[in-house]
Amino acid sequence: MLAQQLVNGILLGATYALFALGFTLMFGVLRVINLVYGFYFTAGAFVALWLTQAGFPLVLALPAAAVGAGAIAVVLDAVLLTRLRRTKADELSSLMVTLGAVLALYAGMAAWLGPDIRRLRPGLVGSGALDLWGLRVTVAQLLILAASGVLVGALLWLVRGTRLGLAIRAMAEKPDAAALMGINTAGLAATVSFISGALAGAGGVLIGLNFNAIHPYMGEQMMLRGFVVVIVGGLGDIFGALLAGLLLGVVEVLTAGYLASGLKEAVGFAILVAVLWTRPAGLFGRTDVRRA
Amino acid sequence: MAAWLGDLYWTYQNVVVALGVNGLLALSMYVVLAAGQLSLGQAAFMGLGAYSSALMTLTLGWPFWIVLPASCVAPVAFALAVGGPTLRLSGVYLAIATIGLGEVLRAVYLNVDALGGALGLSGIPEQASPGVIFAVLAAALAVLWLVGRSGTGRAMEALREDATAAQAMGIDVGRVRLAVLVASAVLAGLAGALSAHATDFIGPNDFGFEPAVTILSFALLGGIGSPFGPVLGAWVLTLLPEVFRGFADLRLVLDGLVIVLAVLFLPRGLLAWRMPRKAA
Repeated sequence: MLAQQLVNGILLGATYALFALGFTLMFGVLRVINLVYGFYFTAGAFVALWLTQAGFPLVLALPAAAVGAGAIAVVLDAVLLTRLRRTKADELSSLMVTLGAVLALYAGMAAWLGPDIRRLRPGLVGSGALDLWGLRVTVAQLLILAASGVLVGALLWLVRGTRLGLAIRAMAEKPDAAALMGINTAGLAATVSFISGALAGAGGVLIGLNFNAIHPYMGEQMMLRGFVVVIVGGLGDIFGALLAGLLLGVVEVLTAGYLASGLKEAVGFAILVAVLWTRPAGLFGRTDVRRA
Repeated sequence: MAAWLGDLYWTYQNVVVALGVNGLLALSMYVVLAAGQLSLGQAAFMGLGAYSSALMTLTLGWPFWIVLPASCVAPVAFALAVGGPTLRLSGVYLAIATIGLGEVLRAVYLNVDALGGALGLSGIPEQASPGVIFAVLAAALAVLWLVGRSGTGRAMEALREDATAAQAMGIDVGRVRLAVLVASAVLAGLAGALSAHATDFIGPNDFGFEPAVTILSFALLGGIGSPFGPVLGAWVLTLLPEVFRGFADLRLVLDGLVIVLAVLFLPRGLLAWRMPRKAA
């Protein structure tokens, strides 16, 4: 029983980690708490929904949704944040702009499409479940785990092992100095937006598959988990977000299993507050605390 | 009395109550913004005030004049628990923690039976007349006006412009930030109690993400040069959907766009006038 709960928790946590990665990457490099991030998640899920309804297989719909969400991210980032970046406005200005924008986007989408919950057509992934050493794992869960693993691995390789990653890390360190070293920071900002948007979009598809519920506000409901994961992992810390995501998934499943299912959101948030009190740099403490 | 006249009265009364309550919420946002902080917990604090006051009236049977001040206790406690650790950190932590608070409390209201679950609490006696609501709003405006003109108001403005410089000038940054957060929670808690006792019903979705962002749009539209700006912003954004009934679905789109446009193009808000101060 406990082993099954742990497995479920880790599988759930993988989706949280996937969702939070792009968010923390965006903050780490662009220094923006970009709340539109939740909308990229919704957008990815809807692109996949429409493509699969049109008869395309999931193998095509998933990458297309990621690219679509990435493109939306590039456009919205340029429209909303270019001006603030040029005037070197503070973090709170960009937070407020993205907050207003995301409300307008969710509400606009709900007014356009209606608030109903949509479902992916059945049979996209095998509906069966595997029995591994007495533990029950569905095919959708395995797909999510594999896709999360691939995406996380690709992101870590990109950031740590390529020239593009070197430029991204330089920009995260000091944008002005990076620009002086010949890095095209505006272009790089667009690239980072694309990568984060694509991660969010892929997350939207995978989580839409797992819970089979797609609606305009799904990104907003995910944001709470995103906040917990990025703060507990340390703002801007990719590896921290990964571990914190898995941790949150396990804690939520155990809370729902052994305490009360209504408490699972509250437990994650209690952890967030406890981390803020005791270890504001995140549980792993590898980022600088951003003191005022 | 003709039926249409009765309808007109009810519509009118709801709008009047909304103007007063939203004015208070805008002031609750104003006090934190005026000190350079961003708290998005106003809706959550309002919800705590509304739920705690409703319970005090419905289950404990306390009279309204005790319930109203007591409704500030829960919001202040949560403000201290959640905002306390962020006072010495960069502003994004407070913003994130307070948005999170709103989301969590919604889940709690939905799942706890004693709080009515998804149905919310109803049958709250309508003890808050528009007169009481506007008296509280006027008192809040007066207090904020006096504080704004005092040394504390100067300290808040210095903090907003440059926290490091303000600290170097001997301003206790942590104390001012804590004070504005508590003041904000008090104002939002009062707004919650008044609104619960004016409309007889409260539900879990009245205090989530959307109202939190809407409250920010009040303050940013009006501008934070004086306490009157946010109240003006609240009134404009409360009346607009009433005038253009056909666009009710797009009310939240408008509120969101107001924030985007105000931050990008209108940083001083509609009422750009700043309150006068004597030379020090």
